[in-house]
Amino acid sequence: MVEEEGFRRYVAHIILWIGIAIVAFPVYIAIVASSQDNALIANGQMSLLPGGHFFETYYQTIFVGTSGSTREPVGNMMLNSLVMALLIAVGKIAISIISAYAIVYFRFPFRMPIFWIIFITLMLPVEVRIYPTYKIVADLHMLDSYAGLSLPLIASATATLLFRQFFMTVPDELLEASRIDGAGPFRFFWDTLLPLSRTNMAALFVILFILGWNQYLWPLLITTRDDMQTIQIGIRKMITTTDALTEWPVVMATAVLAMLPPVFVVVVMQKLFVRGLVETEK
Amino acid sequence: MQKQAIFQSKLLPYALVAPQLAIVLIFFYWPALQAVIQSFLLQDAFGLSTTFVWFDNYIELLKDRAYFKAIVRTFFFSFAIAVSSLSFALLLAVMADKPLRGSMLYRTLLIWPYAVAPPVVGVLWIFMLHPSLGIIARYLRAMGVDWNPLLDGDQAATLIILAAAWKQISYNFLFFLAGLQSIPRSVLEAAAIDGARPMRRFWTVTFPLLSPTIFFLLVVNIVYAFFDTFGIIDTMTRGGPGTSTVTLVYKVYSDGLLGGNLGSSAAQSVILMIMVIVLTGIQFRFVERKVTY
Repeated sequence: MVEEEGFRRYVAHIILWIGIAIVAFPVYIAIVASSQDNALIANGQMSLLPGGHFFETYYQTIFVGTSGSTREPVGNMMLNSLVMALLIAVGKIAISIISAYAIVYFRFPFRMPIFWIIFITLMLPVEVRIYPTYKIVADLHMLDSYAGLSLPLIASATATLLFRQFFMTVPDELLEASRIDGAGPFRFFWDTLLPLSRTNMAALFVILFILGWNQYLWPLLITTRDDMQTIQIGIRKMITTTDALTEWPVVMATAVLAMLPPVFVVVVMQKLFVRGLVETEK
Repeated sequence: MQKQAIFQSKLLPYALVAPQLAIVLIFFYWPALQAVIQSFLLQDAFGLSTTFVWFDNYIELLKDRAYFKAIVRTFFFSFAIAVSSLSFALLLAVMADKPLRGSMLYRTLLIWPYAVAPPVVGVLWIFMLHPSLGIIARYLRAMGVDWNPLLDGDQAATLIILAAAWKQISYNFLFFLAGLQSIPRSVLEAAAIDGARPMRRFWTVTFPLLSPTIFFLLVVNIVYAFFDTFGIIDTMTRGGPGTSTVTLVYKVYSDGLLGGNLGSSAAQSVILMIMVIVLTGIQFRFVERKVTY
């Protein structure tokens, strides 16, 4: 056994806590700032300890928004982000699992070309085709809509590959057994394959939800109406105004609210998160 | 690899792949094709007529010093972000890999920044380092540093690299930890019996065995620095001061949005596409070699 002497262990503990402090510091500052008075912060007099405006700032942020340029309450932005993230996550899983099912469990002309057509999209992230995609979404009259926010991000080669890989490991005997029981393709999918895929779907859902919630460039382009903004866009618009007018406590409260759902998901569903992360990257 | 047990149906499989195929064709292939076509066209100032100009847009682009600078800058950012984030994450992962009390707690406390969106990262960091109100900027000034990332391009670049590297620590940490845990203990024990001290054990045994993970993470980090830093840059500096933090993706965005030069913007998109294809290709080749991570 490779023994670790006491001294080295102390060093390890200390380094890890320093790492945690570095990682947590910006967020600590955000939480502290969101509880302080704006005038104090604007003067560069912010203190490192929480102030007394915590509840009023969060109340204002969620239900009213900033008093200046964008009057949209952040609660509404969070709702938009939530709808978009759920649509992306559920949509991706749904269309990927059925297409993977077709590709693995059926033989049909153009099966492999179709697989490759889906596969190659891995190489076309939304960033490299933003304006043409924007134009199509505009032509389809989907600007400022949930469909426009989510549809172009729904196609996912990663999820299709993942389900394909998983289906390949499902023993053939299961299909033969359910066929003897008289099950057709729908029954087999619904009663056998879907329950088996539950963990994979959950792991994928966790990752896709986080990715969906954190989308930025695409919503930035296609939302023009304030009431369709996602929280990531709202936060940028809050600091657009000249520095002196920025309401930093509200901005920081929005930052904290924007972090809360995805961080919560990572911490609470850590096992699924790690699994999803490792599997989607392969 | 093919399944032996399958269903027979003529139409059902097409119905099953149809939704994904439709989305992929409408929102991936069509726009990508448009980008390629547009990159060969020149539109007049009023958008009334277009002429086919072969590779003129590309040639213009490659002659453009601003574009060349953006390429160099993007690679420099990628390299700086990857190296700083990877080395710090590796240090933490090596520490967390030791049999310590509370190692699960450490992992939880180190992985959550993965979930923080790039624009939020940008806002958090600009707030700490804002020249007039940032809490860290205050200490920097007290130490005699003339800190103003809103005016100084190098400082703005430093800020972006720091913020982007910060976000990526958790991701790298997680994969390094998994990589370290897959190294068989017996190999390390053998080295220890041979009298190798911990530092030597790390550099001669652990590090080489970890190299597949390092290479994988290097590629992922470069892709991250190319694309996901957009949100960080847009909330922190908007590419400024001047153009000192404009990366390739940011340039596609701002040229298309402000300049209205569609041909050039499309040519830039196509060049980016080629870069992504190369990077993804490297990543896949490497996964095929059955690397364990």
